[in-house]
Amino acid sequence: MDVHIRVENLTFRRGARKIFDNLSLEIPRGQVVAIMGPSGTGKTTLLKLIAGQLTPEKGRVLVDGEDVHRLSRRRLFALRQRMGMLFQSGALLTDLNVFDNVAFPLREHTNLSENLIERLVLMKLQAVGLRGARHMMPSALSGGMARRVALARAIAMDPDMIMYDEPFVGQDPITMGVLVTLVRKLNTSLGLTSVVVSHDVQEVLSIADYVYVISQGQVMAQGTVEVIRNSDDPYVRQFLQGAPDGPVPFHFPAEDYKKDLGLC
Amino acid sequence: MLRFVQWLGHHSLSRIRAAGRLGLFLFSLLPALPYALWRVALLLKQVYNTGTLSLPIIMTAGLFVGMVLGLQGYNVLVDYNSEEAVGTMTALSLFRELGPVVAALLFVGRAGSALTAEIGLMRSTEQLSALEMMAVDPLKFIFAPRFLAVVIVLPMLALIFSALGVLGGYLVAVGWLGVDEGAFWSQMISHVDWYDDVINGVIKSVVFALLVALLSLFHGAEAVPTSEGVSNATTRTVVQGSLGILALDFILTALMFN
Repeated sequence: MDVHIRVENLTFRRGARKIFDNLSLEIPRGQVVAIMGPSGTGKTTLLKLIAGQLTPEKGRVLVDGEDVHRLSRRRLFALRQRMGMLFQSGALLTDLNVFDNVAFPLREHTNLSENLIERLVLMKLQAVGLRGARHMMPSALSGGMARRVALARAIAMDPDMIMYDEPFVGQDPITMGVLVTLVRKLNTSLGLTSVVVSHDVQEVLSIADYVYVISQGQVMAQGTVEVIRNSDDPYVRQFLQGAPDGPVPFHFPAEDYKKDLGLC
Repeated sequence: MLRFVQWLGHHSLSRIRAAGRLGLFLFSLLPALPYALWRVALLLKQVYNTGTLSLPIIMTAGLFVGMVLGLQGYNVLVDYNSEEAVGTMTALSLFRELGPVVAALLFVGRAGSALTAEIGLMRSTEQLSALEMMAVDPLKFIFAPRFLAVVIVLPMLALIFSALGVLGGYLVAVGWLGVDEGAFWSQMISHVDWYDDVINGVIKSVVFALLVALLSLFHGAEAVPTSEGVSNATTRTVVQGSLGILALDFILTALMFN
């Protein structure tokens, strides 16, 4: 198996709270890999660690065999040109219109003629179905459209991999369907490695090749969709079915209830 | 008592930490600055945003301050039969003090606060993070052009402020109160020194510009990514900027005109 991203014994702390404790996982090239887990388990943090925006306390992240956190800034930036990332909010540059947003990485990193850039941008926008919206400003876009524009921008430089941060959150069913199809379609047609961080169980399981379920800083379960669906691990079952109480308690850790109320 | 000591310690420590972060920020920003000269389009856009758009407030304020100076100066000087000196007085107060200081105070409220809010919001909407992910350094792309634009623009605004102030003084003293026009200008020309007064004023406004640019970008970059955080950061820019300008002005005046 050709491993694209390898996370080894990663430990990361935010203040006193340990987000990851000796986390290891492998992401094979060319597949859609889902990383699932409840909110607050640091899924977004994991993406930022892979991209080298955050530095781990221990452990390392290898992308294409390169240790992300030991690269010089110049080499890291070169590596990032081969990575795409879709932010939850889209994170479009608000002072540029749709076309210029998608053209932005091309203009910054290449010397292509304006003519060629225009064609490339239109092709990327066509791929996400928004060629007609090229003159709109980000503030005029709906959340789903903004995410699709951001997706076109993320693939503008033809990266080898793309990381999706909660791509389905807060979308209506139709937009959700569009995005789900897009993730799968882009993966196949561009030969990308896709890392999808999400807690939308059904959508993710419908497109993933391989699934990691993380919680409390560690991998709780992993396997193909089949394996995850048939898992009898109580934690995985609770997560997939969305049961309010189980191994993950309903209550945030607190002092004894009676004591808190002053009853004893 | 113990509480107070604890409070004092906590606050001093957090102040010192903030000062350290400010220093680090400046240190990492400096190497990115030359890059802004390369990107003329980015720089011009910021010159327009911070400078051209500040012109109306600067010009109006300059005119009124000059008119007030002309009026007050005349009222004092007329008792000594030297009302022709009102031109000198107006010009000296403007070029030495009021031009640089008031223009900087208005600028920090008009443009500094806008810069902080803009960058704070860019941070909270992950735009800075997205730039990093696209292998574009926000220090070069966002911060450097804004810093440089402020340093270019504020001295010019201060000079425009002073020029409009002199015009205001002229309108009131000569046009309204009947001071002799020839005496008004000739006294001003013979008493206002190019280097001692005008250039020193420009040096002052360059120093203020450095302060305003640094503070507004730093507070934007440090803003907690919530609406309250951005609003607090904007306030900090204006408060620290205004007080800093006044304190620096005293120090500079003591050094220059003593």
